[in-house]
Amino acid sequence: MKSRNELRNYQHEQQYFRVRLGVLALLVFICFSVLIGRFYFLQVKKYSYYHTLAENNRISLVPIVPNRGLILDKNGVILAHNFFVYTLEITPSKIENAKDPKSLENTIQEISKLVEVSSLDRKQFNKFRTQSHNFESVPIRTHLNEVEAARFAVNRYRFPGVEIRSRLFRHYPQGKLGAHMVGYIGRINDKDLISLEKNGDLSNYKGSDHIGKSGVEQFYEKQLHGVTGFQQVEIDADGHAVRVLSSTPPIPGNNIVLSVDSKLQSIAEEAFGDKRGALVAIDPKNGEVLAFVSQPNFDPNLFVDGIDSENWKLLNESLDKPLIDRTLRGVYPPGSTFKPFVALAGLEAGKRLPPFSISDPGFFTLPGVSHQYRDWKPGGHGSVDMRRAITVSCDTFFYGLAMELGITNLTNFVRHFGFGQKTNIDIKGEVEGLLPTPEWKMRRFKQPWYGGETVIVGIGQGYTLVTPLQLAQATAILANKGVAMRPRLVTSITDVKTGTIHPNPEVIQDKITLIESNLQIVKEGMVGVTKLGGTAAAMAAGAEYAIAAKTGTAQVIAMRKGEKYNASAIDERHRDHALFIAYAPADDPKIAIALIVENGGHGGSAGGPIARKVMDYYLLGKLPKAPDTIVARGTTNPPVNMPDVIEDENLHD
Amino acid sequence: MINQLLHRLIKHIDSFLMACLLFTMLVGLFVLYSASGHSIDRVLAQAINIAVALSAMWLASNVSPQHIERAALPLYILGVLLLIFVALFGTTSHGATRWLNLGITKIQPSEIMRLAMPMMIAWYFSKREASLRIVDFVIAAMLLVVPVGLIMKQPDLGTALLISASGFYVLFLAGLNWKFLLGGIVSVGAMMPVFWSMLHDYQRKRIEILIDPTQDPLGAGYHTIQATIALGSGGIAGKGWLHGTQAQLDFLPERTTDFIFAVFGEEFGMLGNILLLVLFSLIIIRGLIIAADAKDTFTRLLAGSITLTFFTYTFVNMGMVSGILPVVGVPLPFISYGGTSMVTLLLGFGILMSIHTHKKLVSS
Repeated sequence: MKSRNELRNYQHEQQYFRVRLGVLALLVFICFSVLIGRFYFLQVKKYSYYHTLAENNRISLVPIVPNRGLILDKNGVILAHNFFVYTLEITPSKIENAKDPKSLENTIQEISKLVEVSSLDRKQFNKFRTQSHNFESVPIRTHLNEVEAARFAVNRYRFPGVEIRSRLFRHYPQGKLGAHMVGYIGRINDKDLISLEKNGDLSNYKGSDHIGKSGVEQFYEKQLHGVTGFQQVEIDADGHAVRVLSSTPPIPGNNIVLSVDSKLQSIAEEAFGDKRGALVAIDPKNGEVLAFVSQPNFDPNLFVDGIDSENWKLLNESLDKPLIDRTLRGVYPPGSTFKPFVALAGLEAGKRLPPFSISDPGFFTLPGVSHQYRDWKPGGHGSVDMRRAITVSCDTFFYGLAMELGITNLTNFVRHFGFGQKTNIDIKGEVEGLLPTPEWKMRRFKQPWYGGETVIVGIGQGYTLVTPLQLAQATAILANKGVAMRPRLVTSITDVKTGTIHPNPEVIQDKITLIESNLQIVKEGMVGVTKLGGTAAAMAAGAEYAIAAKTGTAQVIAMRKGEKYNASAIDERHRDHALFIAYAPADDPKIAIALIVENGGHGGSAGGPIARKVMDYYLLGKLPKAPDTIVARGTTNPPVNMPDVIEDENLHD
Repeated sequence: MINQLLHRLIKHIDSFLMACLLFTMLVGLFVLYSASGHSIDRVLAQAINIAVALSAMWLASNVSPQHIERAALPLYILGVLLLIFVALFGTTSHGATRWLNLGITKIQPSEIMRLAMPMMIAWYFSKREASLRIVDFVIAAMLLVVPVGLIMKQPDLGTALLISASGFYVLFLAGLNWKFLLGGIVSVGAMMPVFWSMLHDYQRKRIEILIDPTQDPLGAGYHTIQATIALGSGGIAGKGWLHGTQAQLDFLPERTTDFIFAVFGEEFGMLGNILLLVLFSLIIIRGLIIAADAKDTFTRLLAGSITLTFFTYTFVNMGMVSGILPVVGVPLPFISYGGTSMVTLLLGFGILMSIHTHKKLVSS
């Protein structure tokens, strides 16, 4: 009985257990069904989505940066080129480790045991890091030599996230020569990114680190940069390329040929000595810029990979302001160099035509006003006609003429020579200068125009401001008889791939019809300047060609950016600026020059000789007498791994 | 003579179960070869793990259920003591205190609990079977909660989960009252905030990121995102053995251990996944049949718990890899690389075989 009960009990228990087991089996079934549902969702329904994600994981588009175009002078001398260097680069996101905040520091420490890493390198690295995304690679060392590169390559497995790259570096073999004109490239910053995005160029800069920042490098960025190529690369999770799937080659940037002769440029820069100033020489017939000098200048190579703070401080805080391109950003009163244009304005208005002459007492007065406007020469120049007024720079003559013309007539006329407006040269950053008018004064100062202000405009003083480039352009227009050619630094652009040369066309910007005899009178007056009795007779002594010139001096005004007050420098820096314009040969002008020597004193003696050296070389091929080191001088140290410059036949045409 | 020896050798081996296990482990070796970046060394090491684990299984299958039952209490007490030792003197690595350093080797006492727990609770119920009352369930629940609490504190969420599950299955199979079960679920729900406060930050983060892996695509969410990409991109038929891009190009983390299923699913696709589920199902069905046929309370509860714990392993691992469960450290049985879990699992299956074959011997 008992055993039967137990048996029944046992069977009952087993039945009960099996029901419970069945419930759990159902749970198993449900759970596995859920899994199959999930697999169906992931692997069938969303297959293409995840397939794409996996491909995106696996395939990376690696940009191939095109070679940047070269910048050559008119004779094919290289002003900017590229060379490959090994750099050691760290991708911070692959090294940083939440558990170990010092992992990056430790990695750099380890690297420095293999390859020298200076404190400057570290500083640069930290600077770039703040400027780039965490997943972008940042150079910790540049310019590795081959031994260093090999030593690291052997140890590469120890450094995930650290790579040796071969990068194209920009180099300016002529160093300081024409630095403001050639410009420089620098690392792309946020501002550049915004403008690239606005222009729709951002995708073309994937992989590019540098962009033109100034000068021709900036203006012709589009031409120089080229078109970025792409490689489809299979990568692993560490970002290492496993194999290349497809490749679109880059299109290299175009080469740019300047109208400047680097030898002439060098002569002009040397001629300034240690003086500050600027010089622009233009071929008046076609607007080609022949020399483009802003002194002192700087070594653009410093900027290519980010300038270090010491050098930056040195350049930026220097009283000499080497970074400012004086040719198109420095504004000065034109002084007496303005007189030929006032003269022409008068002649074209039918005033002061020879043989008209005045008897100069050494001052000028306005009717009913006792104030005397003095001539620079006490006692005056005696009997002065138009030609002599230019030759001796007679202030009294031009006071009266300006007054008689009136400010509106005067400015309307000289505006055709480019005063008060941009020249449209192919460099960015040009300022407009100032050609004052009564309307301008009302707008600016809410004050009416006074007659006395017209008087001093006649001799290039007062509000009038010009840049050296504007003055050169005005001189060129005068030499070209009123036809204003657009000034340009670049004569042609060479498509490296096809070899096609695209000339940068001549453009006539403005044209004023002038009476030939009037031009002749002004020219004679200006030629007189370089003759005995003229204000710049000395500079033309022994010249084999006739030079039409005009000297000028301008009282010192503060430069645009707040200059620091410096007692020790005050004397020298309070001297007048010396100005000088000229064109030659006077009868068939091939070169027009304007220059300024800051605090140089008199235009004829300080500026004349510089202009003479430039013209002598340009017109006659004559080198300055002093045994200069001009051409062979100051190239920067060539970096390691720099290939020998390959002489390309095309470059020397 | 040799026949006799062979017979003695395989007397306690369940051939169907054995076949399923061997086939699954063979699949595992192939997947491991692919996941390890074609490392023969890794495969050989795993083969050795398998050999050791199979020996353990063979031994267990030859121990009679009565002996196993007798070992339940001492093993459980030993396990709890060692867990307390770990809490006091354990070795810490990666922020978790799981190991006891015995000088020669390090042991992980929580592994002992994987088998000791279902054994202990099954033993307790078999002792009390005549007069099973609610208070017995409360005591059984206490037997469960103490070691699980200790393991959770280490912290080892995966092991704690699996051990809880193994204990829970015994409770449920022993006839846990439905009302009680419901009440338990409600009280667990009420305990959630307390549980949440006990969790370590990284565990909380794992749960948060389960809900939204994109929260932290390069950090904690990376595992889940890359694993679902691997699975999804495998499609129906898979990319083929050794051809999974996610696996071969290092995008999958922990791909020889907890995330090996992503490699499998990428290379063999949905069809492979279903085949694997079928294999696991066959093993589970065989285990459930053994449990259903078991002759006494202890063996029946133990067999049921071992089988369903195995199921829990597979479901939690596949669920976490496919992104429907939180990432807790649970390996995929017989596929993931690792010796400890292999030994524990096969010991369990050895006990299953023992239960089945000794019953046959008794009845015949």
